[in-house]
Amino acid sequence: MTTVFEVFRQERKGQAFAHAGSVVAPTVEFAEAWAREQYGRRGESEALWLVPRDAVHPVTDWADEFDLKYRRVDGYSIKARLKEARERAGGTSAGAR
Amino acid sequence: MADARTDEFIEYVQGGGPVEVDDWMPEQYRARAIKFIEMHGNSELMGVLPEREWILRAPTLQRKLALTAKVQDEVGHAQLIYRVVEDLGKPREESLRDLVSGKAKFHNVFHYETRTWGDVGVIAWLVDAAAIISQKALLKCSYAPYARIMKKICWEESFHILHGRDVILALVTGTDEQRELVQEAVNRWWGPLMQFHGTKIPPEDDPMVFWRIKSQGNEEARQQFLEGYVPQIWELGLTVPDPELRRRDDGVWEYTEPDWDELMSVVTGHGPRSAARLALRRRFLEQEGWVREAVLAA
Repeated sequence: MTTVFEVFRQERKGQAFAHAGSVVAPTVEFAEAWAREQYGRRGESEALWLVPRDAVHPVTDWADEFDLKYRRVDGYSIKARLKEARERAGGTSAGAR
Repeated sequence: MADARTDEFIEYVQGGGPVEVDDWMPEQYRARAIKFIEMHGNSELMGVLPEREWILRAPTLQRKLALTAKVQDEVGHAQLIYRVVEDLGKPREESLRDLVSGKAKFHNVFHYETRTWGDVGVIAWLVDAAAIISQKALLKCSYAPYARIMKKICWEESFHILHGRDVILALVTGTDEQRELVQEAVNRWWGPLMQFHGTKIPPEDDPMVFWRIKSQGNEEARQQFLEGYVPQIWELGLTVPDPELRRRDDGVWEYTEPDWDELMSVVTGHGPRSAARLALRRRFLEQEGWVREAVLAA
């Protein structure tokens, strides 16, 4: 019986753990031994997380029935309005104020 | 290949989209990816053998340690790569079985003998350089788990190439006999090096490029190799055994047509060392079967 362990790697203290790859092993002890060799033997990692693949609960669908983009920067396109506002203000350039 | 889902997938990968392990993919894509990535894994595993033969004969302790570290790296790359192949649906045992039975292929350069320490230097310098050019392009592979491990592989390869240059520099600054070892090795390896990136199949006809498993055409890779490394060979006062070799004003390198028959014969297992190296791999696979069994029983 083997388990696939996903390996997450932190490169420097304070950085986010990022997915690096996986190892397949019968127990977490073997998985640790192999992950140490594969992802840390040159001092390239500060820390590793080993997570059994089955324990990862993926979320990939993002429903947006109500078009909630007013909460994000890409929900606002001000270019045209800004242009109009500037024109109405009389075409005075910023430097002439 | 005519269904809408496949068309959508093709458009997605050709547009630069990454594919993850659980994503739906057409069977042709899966089969191509397995074949390509598995051959890379095989090449890493077989690629340690030409150098392994010199660990006991390395000229200094420092060289012996560096060579051993390099061999460990390459075997590690094979493990990472077989893991990716496994997730695509082909178990590691099956890959290894196909390798030792001669069914699966590995790169042409690992079928040749490592005659002298000069060959070790040229392998570590120029063969690795040619390989890194392909590997760097694979950072953009559409199969994302493979592209991610290529990052780690390229990082380790950068040490290998420096080690190779160091070996070469030590020899060319040594005695006339040592310099001659390097020149003879360059002469021996030039043919296989020019065959390494494959035939001049146009990228648009290359199925690996079609699925964006590869992002670079064969000739483009070879030109990059010539552009980067011929000047390095020349600057050491070494020569390249090709009277046709020259850089045109537009930057394109001209060279004698590589021997494609030799390439075909070598990669199908008829190289000078193909049988011996596969026999060694087969022996170790059998000999160490009990370790795998013991570990799996844990």
